[in-house]
Amino acid sequence: MERTTIDLWVGLFVLMGLGAILVLALKVGNLSGVNMSESYGVTANFSNIGGLKVRAPVKSAGVVVGRVSEIRFDGERHEAVVSIKLDKQYSFSRDTSASIMTSGLLGEQYIALETGGDSAQLKEGDKIKITQSAVVLESLIGQFLYNKAADGGEGK
Amino acid sequence: MPSRLVKGVRRIGHRAINSVLRLGVASRFFVLVLFYSGSSFRRLHLIVKELFSTGVLSLIIILVSGLFVGMVLGMQGYDTLQRYGSEEALGVMVALSLVRELGPVVAALLFASRAGSAITAEIGLMKATEQLSAMEMMAVNPIARVVAPRFWAGVISMPLLAAMFSAMGVFGGYLVGVKLIGVDEGSFWSQMQSAVDFHQDIVNGIIKSFVFGVAVTAIALFEGYDAPPTAEGVSGATTRTVVTSSLAILALDFVLTAFMFRGEG
Repeated sequence: MERTTIDLWVGLFVLMGLGAILVLALKVGNLSGVNMSESYGVTANFSNIGGLKVRAPVKSAGVVVGRVSEIRFDGERHEAVVSIKLDKQYSFSRDTSASIMTSGLLGEQYIALETGGDSAQLKEGDKIKITQSAVVLESLIGQFLYNKAADGGEGK
Repeated sequence: MPSRLVKGVRRIGHRAINSVLRLGVASRFFVLVLFYSGSSFRRLHLIVKELFSTGVLSLIIILVSGLFVGMVLGMQGYDTLQRYGSEEALGVMVALSLVRELGPVVAALLFASRAGSAITAEIGLMKATEQLSAMEMMAVNPIARVVAPRFWAGVISMPLLAAMFSAMGVFGGYLVGVKLIGVDEGSFWSQMQSAVDFHQDIVNGIIKSFVFGVAVTAIALFEGYDAPPTAEGVSGATTRTVVTSSLAILALDFVLTAFMFRGEG
Protein backbone atom coordinates (compact mmCIF):
# COMPACT_ATOMS: atom_id res chain seq x y z
CA MET A 1 0.00 0.00 0.00
CA GLU A 2 1.06 3.59 -0.62
CA ARG A 3 2.97 5.10 2.27
CA THR A 4 0.82 8.23 2.45
CA THR A 5 -2.33 6.09 2.60
CA ILE A 6 -0.89 4.18 5.54
CA ASP A 7 0.06 7.44 7.25
CA LEU A 8 -3.45 8.76 6.71
CA TRP A 9 -5.10 5.66 8.16
CA VAL A 10 -2.77 5.56 11.15
CA GLY A 11 -3.39 9.24 11.81
CA LEU A 12 -7.11 8.61 11.64
CA PHE A 13 -6.74 5.64 13.98
CA VAL A 14 -4.81 7.63 16.60
CA LEU A 15 -7.31 10.49 16.33
CA MET A 16 -10.21 8.08 16.85
CA GLY A 17 -8.51 6.56 19.88
CA LEU A 18 -7.82 9.92 21.47
CA GLY A 19 -11.36 10.99 20.60
CA ALA A 20 -12.70 7.90 22.38
CA ILE A 21 -10.67 8.76 25.50
CA LEU A 22 -12.02 12.31 25.31
CA VAL A 23 -15.60 11.06 24.99
CA LEU A 24 -15.08 8.75 27.98
CA ALA A 25 -13.63 11.62 30.01
CA LEU A 26 -16.25 14.23 29.17
CA LYS A 27 -19.45 12.34 28.40
CA VAL A 28 -19.09 9.23 30.57
CA GLY A 29 -16.89 10.53 33.38
CA ASN A 30 -17.31 13.66 35.39
CA LEU A 31 -14.19 15.55 34.35
CA SER A 32 -16.37 18.38 33.09
CA GLY A 33 -18.27 18.46 36.37
CA VAL A 34 -16.98 20.02 39.56
CA ASN A 35 -13.45 21.10 38.82
CA MET A 36 -11.67 20.94 42.16
CA SER A 37 -8.37 22.46 41.10
CA GLU A 38 -9.18 25.62 43.05
CA SER A 39 -10.35 24.57 46.47
CA TYR A 40 -9.97 25.25 50.16
CA GLY A 41 -10.05 22.72 52.98
CA VAL A 42 -12.07 22.79 56.17
CA THR A 43 -12.64 20.10 58.79
CA ALA A 44 -15.65 19.00 60.80
CA ASN A 45 -15.96 16.64 63.76
CA PHE A 46 -18.76 14.12 63.89
CA SER A 47 -19.58 11.70 66.69
CA ASN A 48 -20.75 9.18 64.09
CA ILE A 49 -20.21 9.33 60.32
CA GLY A 50 -22.27 6.26 59.46
CA GLY A 51 -21.29 5.05 56.00
CA LEU A 52 -19.61 8.23 54.78
CA LYS A 53 -16.67 7.58 52.47
CA VAL A 54 -13.74 9.53 51.09
CA ARG A 55 -14.73 11.37 47.87
CA ALA A 56 -18.36 11.51 48.97
CA PRO A 57 -20.04 14.71 47.72
CA VAL A 58 -20.54 17.78 49.86
CA LYS A 59 -23.78 19.52 48.93
CA SER A 60 -25.38 22.79 49.75
CA ALA A 61 -29.00 23.26 48.73
CA GLY A 62 -28.57 20.01 46.81
CA VAL A 63 -25.73 21.31 44.62
CA VAL A 64 -22.35 19.61 44.83
CA VAL A 65 -19.91 22.22 46.19
CA GLY A 66 -17.06 19.97 47.30
CA ARG A 67 -15.82 16.53 48.22
CA VAL A 68 -14.73 14.68 51.34
CA SER A 69 -10.96 14.44 51.12
CA GLU A 70 -10.01 12.55 54.26
CA ILE A 71 -11.61 10.77 57.21
CA ARG A 72 -9.61 10.24 60.41
CA PHE A 73 -10.36 9.11 63.92
CA ASP A 74 -9.46 11.42 66.78
CA GLY A 75 -8.18 9.04 69.44
CA GLU A 76 -8.41 11.58 72.26
CA ARG A 77 -11.92 12.86 71.77
CA HIS A 78 -13.21 9.64 70.18
CA GLU A 79 -14.72 11.48 67.27
CA ALA A 80 -14.40 11.25 63.51
CA VAL A 81 -12.54 14.13 61.88
CA VAL A 82 -13.73 14.68 58.30
CA SER A 83 -11.66 16.90 56.01
CA ILE A 84 -13.63 18.59 53.24
CA LYS A 85 -12.40 20.31 50.11
CA LEU A 86 -14.76 23.08 49.02
CA ASP A 87 -14.82 24.78 45.63
CA LYS A 88 -13.14 28.18 45.84
CA GLN A 89 -15.95 29.97 44.01
CA TYR A 90 -18.38 29.27 46.85
CA SER A 91 -17.98 30.86 50.29
CA PHE A 92 -19.82 29.91 53.44
CA SER A 93 -20.32 31.79 56.69
CA ARG A 94 -18.29 30.80 59.76
CA ASP A 95 -21.33 29.36 61.54
CA THR A 96 -22.27 27.02 58.71
CA SER A 97 -23.65 23.71 59.96
CA ALA A 98 -22.72 20.34 58.46
CA SER A 99 -24.90 17.25 58.67
CA ILE A 100 -24.54 13.79 57.19
CA MET A 101 -27.52 12.87 55.04
CA THR A 102 -28.50 9.94 52.88
CA SER A 103 -29.62 10.39 49.30
CA GLY A 104 -32.73 8.30 48.93
CA LEU A 105 -33.65 5.59 51.41
CA LEU A 106 -30.58 3.42 50.95
CA GLY A 107 -28.42 5.64 48.75
CA GLU A 108 -24.95 6.94 49.33
CA GLN A 109 -24.23 9.33 52.18
CA TYR A 110 -23.17 12.91 51.69
CA ILE A 111 -22.51 16.00 53.78
CA ALA A 112 -25.09 18.76 53.61
CA LEU A 113 -23.96 22.30 54.42
CA GLU A 114 -26.42 24.87 55.63
CA THR A 115 -25.17 28.39 55.83
CA GLY A 116 -25.68 30.54 58.93
CA GLY A 117 -25.90 34.27 59.59
CA ASP A 118 -22.31 35.16 60.44
CA SER A 119 -20.78 37.75 58.12
CA ALA A 120 -17.28 36.22 58.44
CA GLN A 121 -16.47 33.49 55.92
CA LEU A 122 -14.94 30.04 56.33
CA LYS A 123 -11.25 30.04 55.45
CA GLU A 124 -8.64 27.39 54.66
CA GLY A 125 -8.05 25.23 57.75
CA ASP A 126 -11.19 26.36 59.59
CA LYS A 127 -13.36 23.97 61.52
CA ILE A 128 -17.12 23.66 61.16
CA LYS A 129 -18.41 23.71 64.72
CA ILE A 130 -22.08 22.86 64.35
CA THR A 131 -22.38 19.29 63.08
CA GLN A 132 -25.06 16.66 63.04
CA SER A 133 -24.09 13.00 62.86
CA ALA A 134 -25.44 10.35 60.57
CA VAL A 135 -28.66 8.66 61.53
CA VAL A 136 -27.90 5.01 62.13
CA LEU A 137 -30.83 2.85 61.11
CA GLU A 138 -30.31 0.32 63.93
CA SER A 139 -30.39 2.92 66.70
CA LEU A 140 -33.44 4.51 65.09
CA ILE A 141 -35.26 1.18 65.11
CA GLY A 142 -34.08 0.53 68.67
CA GLN A 143 -35.49 3.88 69.80
CA PHE A 144 -38.77 3.19 68.03
CA LEU A 145 -39.12 -0.22 69.71
CA TYR A 146 -38.24 1.29 73.09
CA ASN A 147 -40.94 3.95 72.69
CA LYS A 148 -43.42 1.34 71.54
CA ALA A 149 -42.70 -0.77 74.62
CA ALA A 150 -43.10 2.26 76.87
CA ASP A 151 -46.47 3.10 75.23
CA GLY A 152 -47.62 -0.50 75.67
CA GLY A 153 -46.73 -0.38 79.39
CA GLU A 154 -48.90 2.73 79.89
CA GLY A 155 -51.86 1.19 78.06
CA LYS A 156 -52.22 -1.65 80.56
CA MET B 1 7.72 -50.55 36.88
CA PRO B 2 10.30 -48.39 38.69
CA SER B 3 11.84 -47.33 35.40
CA ARG B 4 8.47 -45.95 34.29
CA LEU B 5 8.21 -44.00 37.54
CA VAL B 6 11.69 -42.63 37.06
CA LYS B 7 10.77 -41.63 33.51
CA GLY B 8 7.70 -39.77 34.77
CA VAL B 9 9.69 -37.87 37.37
CA ARG B 10 12.32 -37.09 34.76
CA ARG B 11 9.70 -35.72 32.41
CA ILE B 12 8.31 -33.41 35.11
CA GLY B 13 11.80 -32.19 35.91
CA HIS B 14 12.55 -31.66 32.24
CA ARG B 15 9.36 -29.65 31.77
CA ALA B 16 10.06 -27.49 34.81
CA ILE B 17 13.66 -26.75 33.84
CA ASN B 18 12.59 -26.08 30.26
CA SER B 19 9.91 -23.57 31.24
CA VAL B 20 12.27 -21.73 33.59
CA LEU B 21 14.84 -21.64 30.80
CA ARG B 22 12.28 -20.24 28.36
CA LEU B 23 11.28 -17.61 30.88
CA GLY B 24 14.90 -16.56 31.20
CA VAL B 25 15.32 -16.37 27.43
CA ALA B 26 12.07 -14.39 27.18
CA SER B 27 13.22 -11.89 29.80
CA ARG B 28 16.54 -11.39 28.04
CA PHE B 29 14.68 -10.94 24.76
CA PHE B 30 12.39 -8.35 26.36
CA VAL B 31 15.36 -6.38 27.73
CA LEU B 32 16.99 -6.49 24.26
CA VAL B 33 13.79 -5.15 22.68
CA LEU B 34 13.71 -2.25 25.14
CA PHE B 35 17.42 -1.64 24.57
CA TYR B 36 17.00 -1.33 20.79
CA SER B 37 13.77 0.70 21.00
CA GLY B 38 15.61 3.99 20.70
CA SER B 39 16.70 3.33 17.13
CA SER B 40 13.18 2.38 16.08
CA PHE B 41 11.82 5.67 17.45
CA ARG B 42 14.32 7.49 15.26
CA ARG B 43 12.77 5.75 12.24
CA LEU B 44 9.17 6.50 13.02
CA HIS B 45 7.77 5.28 9.70
CA LEU B 46 8.53 1.70 10.77
CA ILE B 47 6.28 2.11 13.80
CA VAL B 48 3.62 3.83 11.72
CA LYS B 49 3.63 0.93 9.28
CA GLU B 50 3.16 -1.54 12.11
CA LEU B 51 0.48 0.64 13.70
CA PHE B 52 -1.44 0.17 10.49
CA SER B 53 -1.32 -3.62 10.63
CA THR B 54 -1.88 -3.98 14.39
CA GLY B 55 -4.15 -1.02 15.08
CA VAL B 56 -6.06 0.02 11.99
CA LEU B 57 -6.76 -3.53 10.83
CA SER B 58 -8.10 -4.43 14.31
CA LEU B 59 -10.51 -1.49 14.23
CA ILE B 60 -13.48 -3.28 12.70
CA ILE B 61 -13.53 -6.23 15.09
CA ILE B 62 -12.99 -3.95 18.12
CA LEU B 63 -15.72 -1.49 17.17
CA VAL B 64 -18.29 -4.14 16.23
CA SER B 65 -17.63 -6.25 19.34
CA GLY B 66 -17.74 -3.17 21.54
CA LEU B 67 -21.11 -2.20 20.13
CA PHE B 68 -22.57 -5.66 20.66
CA VAL B 69 -21.11 -6.12 24.15
CA GLY B 70 -22.61 -2.76 25.13
CA MET B 71 -26.00 -3.67 23.67
CA VAL B 72 -26.06 -7.01 25.50
CA LEU B 73 -25.02 -5.27 28.74
CA GLY B 74 -27.88 -2.83 28.23
CA MET B 75 -30.43 -5.62 27.82
CA GLN B 76 -29.19 -7.86 30.63
CA GLY B 77 -28.62 -4.91 32.95
CA TYR B 78 -32.12 -3.60 32.35
CA ASP B 79 -33.61 -7.03 33.03
CA THR B 80 -31.92 -7.23 36.43
CA LEU B 81 -32.22 -3.58 37.45
CA GLN B 82 -35.93 -3.22 36.67
CA ARG B 83 -36.71 -5.91 39.27
CA TYR B 84 -35.45 -3.46 41.88
CA GLY B 85 -37.09 -0.48 40.25
CA SER B 86 -33.79 1.20 39.54
CA GLU B 87 -33.53 1.05 35.77
CA GLU B 88 -32.11 4.60 35.76
CA ALA B 89 -28.91 3.07 37.10
CA LEU B 90 -28.48 1.27 33.75
CA GLY B 91 -26.04 3.92 32.51
CA VAL B 92 -23.90 3.51 35.61
CA MET B 93 -23.82 -0.24 35.25
CA VAL B 94 -22.97 -0.24 31.55
CA ALA B 95 -20.32 2.47 31.85
CA LEU B 96 -18.59 1.15 34.96
CA SER B 97 -18.41 -2.45 33.80
CA LEU B 98 -17.11 -1.37 30.40
CA VAL B 99 -14.57 1.22 31.51
CA ARG B 100 -13.21 -0.78 34.43
CA GLU B 101 -13.24 -4.35 33.18
CA LEU B 102 -14.81 -5.35 29.90
CA GLY B 103 -13.23 -2.62 27.77
CA PRO B 104 -9.59 -3.37 28.61
CA VAL B 105 -9.99 -7.14 29.01
CA VAL B 106 -12.18 -8.01 26.02
CA ALA B 107 -10.32 -5.59 23.76
CA ALA B 108 -7.03 -7.18 24.85
CA LEU B 109 -8.36 -10.70 24.23
CA LEU B 110 -9.52 -9.66 20.76
CA PHE B 111 -6.23 -7.90 20.17
CA ALA B 112 -4.31 -11.05 21.16
CA SER B 113 -6.21 -13.19 18.70
CA ARG B 114 -6.35 -10.62 15.91
CA ALA B 115 -2.98 -8.86 16.05
CA GLY B 116 -0.90 -11.04 18.39
CA SER B 117 -1.31 -14.18 16.31
CA ALA B 118 -0.49 -12.22 13.14
CA ILE B 119 2.71 -10.88 14.71
CA THR B 120 3.80 -14.36 15.79
CA ALA B 121 3.06 -15.90 12.40
CA GLU B 122 4.83 -13.10 10.56
CA ILE B 123 8.01 -13.20 12.63
CA GLY B 124 7.99 -16.98 12.79
CA LEU B 125 7.78 -17.17 9.00
CA MET B 126 10.49 -14.55 8.65
CA LYS B 127 12.66 -16.77 10.79
CA ALA B 128 11.68 -19.94 8.94
CA THR B 129 12.50 -18.40 5.55
CA GLU B 130 15.77 -17.09 7.03
CA GLN B 131 14.93 -13.44 6.44
CA LEU B 132 16.13 -12.63 9.96
CA SER B 133 19.47 -14.35 9.33
CA ALA B 134 19.76 -12.50 6.04
CA MET B 135 19.30 -9.20 7.88
CA GLU B 136 22.04 -10.12 10.31
CA MET B 137 24.28 -10.92 7.35
CA MET B 138 23.66 -7.38 6.07
CA ALA B 139 24.60 -6.02 9.52
CA VAL B 140 20.99 -5.01 10.19
CA ASN B 141 19.89 -5.90 13.69
CA PRO B 142 16.61 -7.83 13.30
CA ILE B 143 15.49 -6.87 16.81
CA ALA B 144 15.86 -3.16 16.09
CA ARG B 145 14.46 -3.41 12.54
CA VAL B 146 11.65 -5.96 12.92
CA VAL B 147 10.81 -6.61 16.57
CA ALA B 148 11.03 -3.25 18.37
CA PRO B 149 8.72 -1.34 15.96
CA ARG B 150 6.08 -4.05 16.32
CA PHE B 151 6.40 -3.92 20.09
CA TRP B 152 5.82 -0.19 20.28
CA ALA B 153 3.03 -0.30 17.72
CA GLY B 154 1.24 -2.86 19.90
CA VAL B 155 1.82 -0.89 23.09
CA ILE B 156 0.52 2.33 21.52
CA SER B 157 -2.52 0.85 19.80
CA MET B 158 -3.82 -1.25 22.71
CA PRO B 159 -5.02 1.63 24.99
CA LEU B 160 -6.53 3.41 22.00
CA LEU B 161 -8.39 0.28 20.93
CA ALA B 162 -9.63 -0.34 24.49
CA ALA B 163 -10.88 3.25 24.77
CA MET B 164 -12.71 2.88 21.46
CA PHE B 165 -14.20 -0.41 22.65
CA SER B 166 -15.50 1.22 25.84
CA ALA B 167 -16.88 4.28 24.04
CA MET B 168 -18.58 2.07 21.47
CA GLY B 169 -19.98 -0.13 24.25
CA VAL B 170 -21.45 2.85 26.09
CA PHE B 171 -23.03 3.92 22.81
CA GLY B 172 -24.44 0.40 22.37
CA GLY B 173 -25.87 0.46 25.89
CA TYR B 174 -27.38 3.86 25.14
CA LEU B 175 -28.97 2.55 21.92
CA VAL B 176 -30.60 -0.41 23.64
CA GLY B 177 -31.35 1.21 26.99
CA VAL B 178 -32.64 4.61 25.89
CA LYS B 179 -33.71 4.21 22.27
CA LEU B 180 -35.06 0.66 22.34
CA ILE B 181 -36.28 0.05 25.91
CA GLY B 182 -37.03 3.63 26.86
CA VAL B 183 -34.97 4.39 29.97
CA ASP B 184 -35.03 8.12 30.64
CA GLU B 185 -32.19 9.70 28.69
CA GLY B 186 -31.39 12.41 31.22
CA SER B 187 -30.98 10.09 34.19
CA PHE B 188 -29.07 7.58 32.04
CA TRP B 189 -26.32 10.12 31.34
CA SER B 190 -26.42 12.12 34.57
CA GLN B 191 -26.23 9.08 36.86
CA MET B 192 -23.41 7.74 34.71
CA GLN B 193 -21.51 11.00 34.96
CA SER B 194 -21.90 11.26 38.71
CA ALA B 195 -20.80 7.65 39.28
CA VAL B 196 -17.86 7.34 36.87
CA ASP B 197 -14.77 9.05 38.16
CA PHE B 198 -12.09 10.18 35.73
CA HIS B 199 -9.05 9.13 37.77
CA GLN B 200 -10.51 6.20 39.62
CA ASP B 201 -12.20 4.52 36.68
CA ILE B 202 -11.10 5.86 33.32
CA VAL B 203 -7.40 6.39 34.00
CA ASN B 204 -7.17 3.03 35.75
CA GLY B 205 -8.83 1.40 32.73
CA ILE B 206 -6.27 3.02 30.43
CA ILE B 207 -3.41 1.84 32.68
CA LYS B 208 -4.84 -1.67 32.54
CA SER B 209 -5.03 -1.71 28.75
CA PHE B 210 -1.48 -0.34 28.55
CA VAL B 211 -0.20 -3.22 30.72
CA PHE B 212 -2.16 -5.71 28.61
CA GLY B 213 -0.69 -4.18 25.46
CA VAL B 214 2.86 -4.69 26.78
CA ALA B 215 2.09 -8.27 27.85
CA VAL B 216 0.31 -9.38 24.65
CA THR B 217 2.83 -7.84 22.27
CA ALA B 218 5.84 -9.12 24.22
CA ILE B 219 4.42 -12.64 24.30
CA ALA B 220 3.53 -12.56 20.60
CA LEU B 221 6.96 -11.28 19.59
CA PHE B 222 8.83 -13.78 21.74
CA GLU B 223 6.80 -16.75 20.53
CA GLY B 224 7.44 -15.72 16.93
CA TYR B 225 11.13 -15.12 17.49
CA ASP B 226 11.51 -18.37 19.40
CA ALA B 227 9.41 -20.52 17.05
CA PRO B 228 11.03 -23.62 15.53
CA PRO B 229 11.66 -22.73 11.86
CA THR B 230 9.18 -25.22 10.45
CA ALA B 231 5.56 -24.95 9.33
CA GLU B 232 4.51 -26.97 12.35
CA GLY B 233 6.62 -24.86 14.69
CA VAL B 234 5.10 -21.61 13.47
CA SER B 235 1.55 -22.89 13.80
CA GLY B 236 2.28 -24.17 17.32
CA ALA B 237 3.81 -20.83 18.26
CA THR B 238 0.73 -18.97 16.98
CA THR B 239 -1.53 -21.14 19.10
CA ARG B 240 0.69 -20.65 22.15
CA THR B 241 0.59 -16.89 21.64
CA VAL B 242 -3.20 -16.77 21.86
CA VAL B 243 -3.40 -19.19 24.80
CA THR B 244 -0.57 -17.69 26.83
CA SER B 245 -1.54 -14.08 26.27
CA SER B 246 -5.21 -14.76 27.10
CA LEU B 247 -4.19 -16.37 30.38
CA ALA B 248 -1.72 -13.56 31.05
CA ILE B 249 -4.42 -10.94 30.44
CA LEU B 250 -6.83 -12.57 32.88
CA ALA B 251 -4.20 -13.12 35.58
CA LEU B 252 -2.84 -9.58 35.22
CA ASP B 253 -6.38 -8.23 35.31
CA PHE B 254 -6.98 -9.90 38.66
CA VAL B 255 -3.76 -8.49 40.12
CA LEU B 256 -4.36 -4.98 38.76
CA THR B 257 -7.98 -4.95 39.91
CA ALA B 258 -6.90 -6.02 43.39
CA PHE B 259 -4.48 -3.08 43.49
CA MET B 260 -6.75 -0.47 41.94
CA PHE B 261 -10.22 -1.04 43.33
CA ARG B 262 -9.59 -2.67 46.68
CA GLY B 263 -12.13 -1.55 49.24
CA GLU B 264 -12.77 1.82 47.62
CA GLY B 265 -15.82 3.52 46.26
